[in-house]
Amino acid sequence: MSRAERRPPGLYHRVVVYLLFLILLAPLLGTFVYSIATSWSATILPDGLTYKWYVALWSDPRFLRAFGQSLLVCVGALALSVVLILPLLFVVHYHFPRLDALMNILILLPFAVPPVVSSVGLLQLYGSGPLAMVGTPWILIGCYFTVALPFMYRAITNNLQAINLVDLMDAAQLLGANTFQAAFLVVLPNLRKGLMIALLLSFSFLFGEFVFANLLVGTRYETLQVYLNNMRNSSGHFNSALVISYFLFVLLLTWAANRLNKDKD
Amino acid sequence: MNSQSRGKWLALLCLVPFAVFFIAFQIAPLAWVAINSLQSDAGWGIDNFIKAFNSRFYRQAMQYSLEISFWSSLIGIIIAILGSYSLRKVPSRLRDFVSAFANMTSNFSGVPLAFAFIILLGFNGALTLILKQAGIIDDFNLYSKTGLIILYTYFQIPLGVLLLYPAFDALREDWRESASLLGASSWDFWRHIGIPVLTPALLGTFVILLANALGAYATVYALTTGNFNVLPIRIAAMVAGDITLDPNMASALAMILVGMMTLVTVVHQWLLKRSYHVSR
Repeated sequence: MSRAERRPPGLYHRVVVYLLFLILLAPLLGTFVYSIATSWSATILPDGLTYKWYVALWSDPRFLRAFGQSLLVCVGALALSVVLILPLLFVVHYHFPRLDALMNILILLPFAVPPVVSSVGLLQLYGSGPLAMVGTPWILIGCYFTVALPFMYRAITNNLQAINLVDLMDAAQLLGANTFQAAFLVVLPNLRKGLMIALLLSFSFLFGEFVFANLLVGTRYETLQVYLNNMRNSSGHFNSALVISYFLFVLLLTWAANRLNKDKD
Repeated sequence: MNSQSRGKWLALLCLVPFAVFFIAFQIAPLAWVAINSLQSDAGWGIDNFIKAFNSRFYRQAMQYSLEISFWSSLIGIIIAILGSYSLRKVPSRLRDFVSAFANMTSNFSGVPLAFAFIILLGFNGALTLILKQAGIIDDFNLYSKTGLIILYTYFQIPLGVLLLYPAFDALREDWRESASLLGASSWDFWRHIGIPVLTPALLGTFVILLANALGAYATVYALTTGNFNVLPIRIAAMVAGDITLDPNMASALAMILVGMMTLVTVVHQWLLKRSYHVSR
């Protein structure tokens, strides 16, 4: 009896999962079909298929520049994050474990204060004067550090706990290493994979950041998202090719992170 | 002893660069907003807030922000609950594939998402046309409140699934079997065991979704070129718009937005405490 009862729920769960998949897929699929359609308006299916929109996109110098600038800003922000967050984590967990509670409150701030709120202050503080950074990529690098901070902090903390930081440090020092040697030559290599995953995932959401990029910098240093928004009046097919190219790039990053994560186990 | 305290000082020194950047890009802007929200032409005081709450235009922005956030979070969490529960019940290959896909679509938000929705559900969108021809709808306006709720719901679903999926770990399969052995129906099980056990996770997820929607700017900006009246749009228009700049008023609205988020979080903590009392 219990088996007979179990079969229909199995079907139900399958249907729900497929529906969920379909809901998530629909906008992407629609955009993809639009990006390979010659023209598609006022009909349910497109008239014909083509890849000319992708050719047009990938030969547009403005697109390539925006793509490159996005890459630069994200890589810069992540490099800054690593330089700032790794020593912080090491010091907090090795020397002042009690600071971790304070840090867990501080890293809520980037999440609790929406970028649009921070932008109000940032525009006034760094719009002019000695620290005039508005309109340059530097302000984005600083802001993206705060965006990546909560995620990076949590992810690396989990890794540090998994490798038993204090024991590892003690062992290294017992074998004659000083604190710096132990941190760089013993702890850091053990964190490499976890750090890679955190960086890939952070990259994929920084790459999609729009609010800071648009409000603080705009066209003066156009990133991919701002470019996409500024192209709103060009062909919808062209925009779709842009959206799909962007999504595939992010897909690649998250896929790589997933693979790394699986290897780890 | 001496070298150890020197080590501690050195360690503290390592924190300085982090503190400088965190203060410059996180604390200082927020402090500026908090201070300047209390400043207007009339000098110090809460004039900006009085003006904000007396203006129908700003009240409408607050109301729309709250309505869209509430409904999109509610619909989003319901879909996420059904989805993540069923995800645990299907074969692992299907589960891994769909949860990885949900993971990836959580990055599909903002400007690209707005564009995808215009193609699908805009005035001449494929789905709009299909639904119209099938006679299900007369017309659909993506650029309205309903349209925005649907759009917001879309980006809430993957986030909800990501947050809720692990929560179902708390619900052990043998509890279900024990309950049914003791004569509980499926409804009884959910009413007395399932939902109470999941309540903290559900509340927490709902709060995160709510905060996510309240602060969302990119999607609605890209969809309506900043013509839909919600708080983030109003705030941005007063610091970066081309009409009238009023950073002090923008700060006041920004503080109201932060206040809404804080209120939601406080209510969440309070409910969480209550739910524990009930279960004990």
